[in-house]
Amino acid sequence: MADAVISKPLAQSDAANQVAGIVVKAPPRELEREPMVRNQRSIGWISDAIAGVAEGKTPRWWWLAFIPSVIMMTACFTMILYLVSVGVGVWGPGHPVMWGWAIVNFVWWIGIGHAGTLISAILFLLRQKWRTSINRAAEAMTIFAVMCAGIFPVIHIGRIWFGWWLFPIPNGNDIWPQFRSPLMWDVFAVSTYFTVSVLFWYMGLIPDLAVMRDRAKNKIRKFAYGLFSLGWTGSNRHWSNYEKAYLILAGLSTPLVLSVHSIVSLDFSVSQLPGWHTTIFPPYFVAGAVFSGFGMVLSLLIPLRRVLRLEDIITLRHVELMCKVTLATGSIVGYAYGIEFFIAWYSGNPYERYAFINRATGHYAWAYWTMITCNVIVPQLFWFKKIRTNMLVVFILSILVNIGMWFERFVIVVISLHRDFMPSNWGYFRPTWVDILTFLGTFGLFFTFFLLFLRFVPLIAISEVKGVTPQADPHHPLGGAKKGGH
Amino acid sequence: MADTVNPYGIIAEFDNPADTIHAAEKVRDAGFRKWDVFTPFPVHGMDKAMGLKNSKVGWFSFLGGVTGYTCGMLMIWWMNAVDYPIVVGGKPMFSPFSAFPPSYELTILLGSFGSLFGMLFLNRLPRLYHPLLKNRRFALATHDRFFIVIETADPKYSETETHKLLESLGTRHIEVVEE
Repeated sequence: MADAVISKPLAQSDAANQVAGIVVKAPPRELEREPMVRNQRSIGWISDAIAGVAEGKTPRWWWLAFIPSVIMMTACFTMILYLVSVGVGVWGPGHPVMWGWAIVNFVWWIGIGHAGTLISAILFLLRQKWRTSINRAAEAMTIFAVMCAGIFPVIHIGRIWFGWWLFPIPNGNDIWPQFRSPLMWDVFAVSTYFTVSVLFWYMGLIPDLAVMRDRAKNKIRKFAYGLFSLGWTGSNRHWSNYEKAYLILAGLSTPLVLSVHSIVSLDFSVSQLPGWHTTIFPPYFVAGAVFSGFGMVLSLLIPLRRVLRLEDIITLRHVELMCKVTLATGSIVGYAYGIEFFIAWYSGNPYERYAFINRATGHYAWAYWTMITCNVIVPQLFWFKKIRTNMLVVFILSILVNIGMWFERFVIVVISLHRDFMPSNWGYFRPTWVDILTFLGTFGLFFTFFLLFLRFVPLIAISEVKGVTPQADPHHPLGGAKKGGH
Repeated sequence: MADTVNPYGIIAEFDNPADTIHAAEKVRDAGFRKWDVFTPFPVHGMDKAMGLKNSKVGWFSFLGGVTGYTCGMLMIWWMNAVDYPIVVGGKPMFSPFSAFPPSYELTILLGSFGSLFGMLFLNRLPRLYHPLLKNRRFALATHDRFFIVIETADPKYSETETHKLLESLGTRHIEVVEE
């Protein structure tokens, strides 16, 4: 409708073309939505507020966060060096628990990444405009989380100098990788996921890097931002292709993100082990991934919006909506736990039944109940508006969600493995200090990159946020529309 | 050489998207070819106001995707069933089902490369020099201003007439930008 009006501009007095006798009332107060950007901020203010974070003097809080992160990152790399020089014996895994923290951490970190792609791709396809305030930071989180995840499969193989055997390059015996194995699919899924996430993120950045370029005060910044913004001018002929490419990338990332954790789950479910061998895994893993990822987005953005004074752009409504997604995915996860138990009983398979009774009552019951508390009970609190709007409570709950999801991976990997079919194959897994430091170290890696991201790149998609304000709408009075729309 | 400055085009500044869109319609209707609108964010309806056709980026993605899927399937078939067949668990040497996940990922990978690089190709980017980027006022095109630029290379361009046309469209500032 609106487009048709644009192409044939009406004369102001052309009353014959106007619908007579219809009065459009404003919606009742309770149905009015909070705007995307509060306080009717101008589009210039949006540039200043967001780009300003990456400009000027480095604030003290940044250094206070950055230095410990770098120390932890160094610890991670030191532990990896130790692992490579001594061997995988420095880790906890051993018969029968051959997959320990490395796989737990891999699955957990890669799951964290999924929220970023859900926000940037799926919410884009669903025309959820609120995504614009959070997608950039969430996509950065995705990339850094996948980097942390990618470390573990490579180092857990023990002889990492054979890591290239994962790729379709003929090895010393001219043998090719075996594509009937889901582990091989995983290599393709994760590397594609990382590459496409970087492409998507970078493409979204191009117009914003041009903003940084045009604001740059010194030559080095002007040159660097100029180089990476590829000469973007904001031409509408460019925007036209850009928007189409963005839509296609969103359309491609959506099946991609759903496939990645599905394929990760196939690493487990294709095996014959009770507790792993279930068809519910792919959707259940994807829901869990989005759940944990939203937990992480909340943990990151709640302090950031306060410290960086971006409450007008990442509003209370944004936090509330994220809480609701967490609630929805958390409920799917809880439902999946229930179904797993039901099927274990219904299958009539004694091994399957034992595996699940053992989860809840065995030696690792503490891990199982931590998982249930954090993943099933905690998200249900988000039903209450009082809780969703209390930033401190949401922050704490979001961290509990992440703890819960880490334990879910632990429950699946370790509990299923530690009781094999025969009691002679039973054991108890304990992590070593190297396991623990490597995992904590990946947080250092994650936060080092995330802080660098905050310091050098606009952390919110400037041009996208501008685009969802009423000032950007040519049919809105704030966008310059005259009386009657035109 | 330093004395002869070639004008690149004439640039008119606007305050809001509605004025810009109406001005763009007039410029389109006047029959200009080498002109453009510059905005800090994509303005909805601007493509129509400028008379732009649907973007062709999709073809690049499609080509990428088809290449990815075909290469994935052929690669796996050749590696596991032709070049060095090894029996694993009594499974067939090649099955489209087990070859599907990696091929699917390659479809998405090359499709994504297709859309990003297709977009850059269609936009003739990266372009590290642009006469407009030298203009100080034009820097606001990424901030909160809207610009219409008509190039001197346009066959319909005339120093006085084009100036007059843009003036009549409610612009707040007109300037000639040098090459």
